[in-house]
Amino acid sequence: MSEFLLELRNIVKEFSGVKALNGVTLTVKPGEVVSLCGENGSGKSTLMKVVSGVWPHGSYSGEIIFDGRHLEAKGIRDSEAVGIAIIHQELALVKEMTVLENIFLGNEITHWGRLNTEAMFKRTQELLKRVQLDINPDTPLKELGVGQQQLVEIAKALNKNARLLILDEPTSSLTEREIELLLEIVRQLRREGISCVYISHKLNEVLALSDRVTVIRDGELIGTCDADSLTQNDIIQMMVGRELDQLFPREAHPIGDVILEVNRAYACKPGASRPQVDDISFNLRKGEILGIAGLVGSGRTELMQCLFGCYEGESRVDITLHGRKLNITNSREALGAGIAMVPEDRKRHGIVPIMSVGRNMTLSKLDFYSRWVSGVNEQAEYVDVLDYIRRLTVKTASTELAIKNLSGGNQQKVILAKLLMTEPEVLILDEPTRGIDVGAKYEIYKLMYELVNQGMSIIMVSSELPEVLGISDRVLVMHEGRLKGEFDHRGLTQEMIMDCAIAEEIRSHD
Amino acid sequence: MIKTLMGAVAPLSRDRSPGQGTGPVVSMLKRLTTAQMQMLVMVAALLIIAVFFTLATDGSFISSRNVSNLIRQTAIVGILAIGMVFVIISAEIDLSVGSMMGLLGGIAAIMDVWYGVPLPLTILITLASGLLLGLFNGWWVAYQKVPSFIVTLAGMLAFRGALVGLTDGSTVAPTSGALSSIGQSYLPGGWGWSFGILVGAGLLLSVMKKRGSQRLHDLKPAPVAFDYGKAGVTVLALLGLLWVLEEYRGLPTPVLIMAALILVMTLVSRRTAFGRRIYAIGGNLEAARMSGVNVEMNKMLVFGLNGLIVAIAALILTSRLGAGSPSAGNMAELDAIAACVIGGTSLAGGIGSVFGAIMGALIMASLDNGMSMLDVPTFWQMIVKGGILLLAVWMDAKTRK
Ligand SMILES: Nc1ncnc2c1ncn2[C@@H]1O[C@H](COP(=O)(O)OP(=O)(O)OP(=O)(O)O)[C@@H](O)[C@H]1O
Ligand SMILES: [Mg+2]
Repeated sequence: MSEFLLELRNIVKEFSGVKALNGVTLTVKPGEVVSLCGENGSGKSTLMKVVSGVWPHGSYSGEIIFDGRHLEAKGIRDSEAVGIAIIHQELALVKEMTVLENIFLGNEITHWGRLNTEAMFKRTQELLKRVQLDINPDTPLKELGVGQQQLVEIAKALNKNARLLILDEPTSSLTEREIELLLEIVRQLRREGISCVYISHKLNEVLALSDRVTVIRDGELIGTCDADSLTQNDIIQMMVGRELDQLFPREAHPIGDVILEVNRAYACKPGASRPQVDDISFNLRKGEILGIAGLVGSGRTELMQCLFGCYEGESRVDITLHGRKLNITNSREALGAGIAMVPEDRKRHGIVPIMSVGRNMTLSKLDFYSRWVSGVNEQAEYVDVLDYIRRLTVKTASTELAIKNLSGGNQQKVILAKLLMTEPEVLILDEPTRGIDVGAKYEIYKLMYELVNQGMSIIMVSSELPEVLGISDRVLVMHEGRLKGEFDHRGLTQEMIMDCAIAEEIRSHD
Repeated sequence: MIKTLMGAVAPLSRDRSPGQGTGPVVSMLKRLTTAQMQMLVMVAALLIIAVFFTLATDGSFISSRNVSNLIRQTAIVGILAIGMVFVIISAEIDLSVGSMMGLLGGIAAIMDVWYGVPLPLTILITLASGLLLGLFNGWWVAYQKVPSFIVTLAGMLAFRGALVGLTDGSTVAPTSGALSSIGQSYLPGGWGWSFGILVGAGLLLSVMKKRGSQRLHDLKPAPVAFDYGKAGVTVLALLGLLWVLEEYRGLPTPVLIMAALILVMTLVSRRTAFGRRIYAIGGNLEAARMSGVNVEMNKMLVFGLNGLIVAIAALILTSRLGAGSPSAGNMAELDAIAACVIGGTSLAGGIGSVFGAIMGALIMASLDNGMSMLDVPTFWQMIVKGGILLLAVWMDAKTRK
């Protein structure tokens, strides 16, 4: 018997001739948390899909040994049966169902074909307690925040008696507090003897949580080290192959006059008791990077949706761009007026999954390439696509690959490219670096400075406080749909933002 | 620390992947995209069907007369499928095309037979009516947000009702010679050949242009053999088909119309912004909207376009029957949908092609034709066609995984 619960030996996985994994070896001991780090597209998700049976035995080469036995899973069910549970990068819960229904989806407890609701209810309560989630099992999933949904996913995995839990970027859309909770739960599970493979681009979490760290680059194993002996810089160096001396390349840049004025923005879902955006006014200067901070649910995304004309519900806002009043009722008009937005929910609002990388990228600019008689000028289009792929270092086998096959981070870059192609005056970035690796983050920050130097103005919504502090010229803080504070970046600290973002919440809770 | 690093590096296997070093055919196949692969499979399926029936009928299946008839029979469903494929790509459905075709054909027959309207005007009015009916459907779907299944189900009933009302439930016949000629005539030799040569030359030219501009932009074009081989095979197949048709009576007019539509609509789907947007809308409506695509307008246009194409099919149908009949086009929508689906169109939207839809229509028509020649009872024909439909979609679902 070996000391390992899971042992991957020499895994090679190809996608139409391109090697996504090239001889990766990874081990996990019982009750151990191993973090898997690597740049976007380095093959982390692919490796975990191999382990969890998404890619069946035979579609890759190499050996998987789980609990002393060869694992040759033909599908997810086989790997679940031995005790491997994966929580994918993109959540896979049914929004319309309740928490209980989601947890038991496909594993319903039945008695002669009839659902045994009582048993399921009890079990759900136990599971929810284990993940420290204090909600009714019959709550519809869509009423939960992303963080809570994440915990439901974990509860679902625990329900299958998982002995190995794989978490693929679980914290990319969680708030600081939710992240703390999640890490605590993973630690608790470790105490119960459950192993975990943890994938994240947030290296502080990686170091805080894991026993060992495995790094891969371009599908090849770089190495495995004890977490104790590592610093963030060590990991970065292993990931990107060079040293990154600073994380935020702040550059002095000229800031001009006010170009955009937003007045009395208001947004409310039909039937809701409280508006999501309540009477917010602010302005934006030419060449400025305006950060917008606040807790998840404070209305930041909704405010941006108002500006971009894509809020679903009742909204009102006065927008003045260059002294000209705009009446924006949909995204097309916003783009036409020179306002572009990279949406928060990439899967729902960003990509057309089955379309190619190139076609996704030029979707907003088709009119530019299009002639009445000869149609789309594909050559000109292709040249531009290649140019942006180079500039944003998008990692893709070809421009013809369906975008759903790209790694999460690279999809994000394609969406960013799509909007940059429209050459907007005001660029709204809603969580621009979600799921993006440190190296690429740096590239995106540099690009942002390049853009503001060319006279573009940027509004950046971000839940990562270091990013807000490190990049913005000015920061607005929102709380429950209202503007709570405005700060210049000089002298600003994380504590000041957090105080502002949660102060009232604390008061109203006692 | 570096030492631990080095120690942990796994030995890298440097063996060559199985694909490398094999013959040119394999490397050629590897260049194909999934969509192209699918086309290839469909062509192969059609060939297998043709070979089977040819053997079973002692060669009568590929006699020039039968091929000519077969293709002529395909024309109407083929044309309907061309319009339908756009609707399905945009993730909608149109159940009203059968009734709509009947109604439009009835209108054409009434104008022609009862009122003696000159042919050009009849054609114009029929086409305009088709466009309007289509836009009407589209308006309900796109702007009023009624599911297309319901809107067009309503259309299916209402259009048929209108047709029966207009014709008083009786057949409107006989149509004038001019109108009849659309569906029944054959074009003299010169026409067919010049069309074929024009298309062939156009294809080769476009390949040349593509390669030229790829070189201009410093992009590596595909191997010469691949690009020209593909175009060459297509041109040869086209000319071969023309030759067979000429052997019989020449190029049937409906087939020329279908060919022209294939050409134009393929270009529309592939080369225009409109076409791209339809795929995007079907692939992810929300993302398309947020990319600045006017989702409503484009959806309505798709239905309008479909209506226009249905009108063309209606004119051919009336002219071929020599009459407007209250039951004309009954259930034609199902044939059109089946053709699209067999041709690899996904009912979930975002995937499909004009060529595929035509291949689907051809496969269905070949089965019909071949089985009739073999005197297979009608009930068996229906069962086989149902089975093929199921099989095609099942295979598609398998390969997509
Ligand atoms: N189904 C597929 N077809 C073709 N290529 C694929 C497919 N799935 C993944 N790839 C490619 O394999 C590589 C590794 O992708 P993977 O999703 O594993 O990256 P990752 O390390 O998880 O990145 P990220 O941090 O961005 O999530 C990428 O280059 C991707 O384009
Ligand atoms: Mg990933």
